Amino acid sequence: MAGEIKKLMYVNRRAPYGTIYAWESLEVVLIGAAFDQDVSLAFMDDGVYQLMKGQDTEASGMKNFSATYGALGDYEITKIFIEKESLDERGLTLEDLQHLVWEDEDDDWAERDSIQLVSRTELADVMSGQDIMFNF
Amino acid sequence: MPILHVVNKSPYEKNSVAMAAGYAKDGDTVLLIEDAVYAAIKAGSASAKLSGLDVSVLGSDLAARGVAEDKLADGINVIDYAGFVDLVDTKDSVQSWL
Repeated sequence: MAGEIKKLMYVNRRAPYGTIYAWESLEVVLIGAAFDQDVSLAFMDDGVYQLMKGQDTEASGMKNFSATYGALGDYEITKIFIEKESLDERGLTLEDLQHLVWEDEDDDWAERDSIQLVSRTELADVMSGQDIMFNF
Repeated sequence: MPILHVVNKSPYEKNSVAMAAGYAKDGDTVLLIEDAVYAAIKAGSASAKLSGLDVSVLGSDLAARGVAEDKLADGINVIDYAGFVDLVDTKDSVQSWL
């Protein structure tokens, strides 16, 4: 099983609910997590809305999939990049988003932040180091 | 002949909010539903497009997206589905900016 480990980035640019892209991306990420690759998630443009706290779909009758992002750490997805320019334009800060963490088994399961707030330039650098990008 | 302008697209992805705002005359109402509700967030750059207009937003779509009502621009009315029906009823026509 010594396949080559590739660096995969899922690029999320759509708001949740208005289209199926956000949910589909999350499904692919969770399925792909079984394949033991080096996975990163990037949220930019309207994609940053996917992680908004306090989503309540009760009155609109849609399925609320936002809690699932909180499980990404359990799937060893620990690198989640949020583009600062996209937050700024929308009047949002990290405080408006879910706090996503993972547990470090090499350090007595200490909780670590999964989210990294990055500039467009920094994210472009991360992107250029990837082998494959999946776009949603 | 007042018109209800309905918008359902994010102002950061399409120009539908800007178009609806540009076409809204005195007596008209702009109703934000689905992804257009993001335009109502006061701190967002898109909310400026709506200033001076009569604007309503569908509360259930705000809630689904985690947008708290205290984040909205001043003067925006939060309505429910019955309020949506009332708006359609009181205007002479409906223009949907898809």
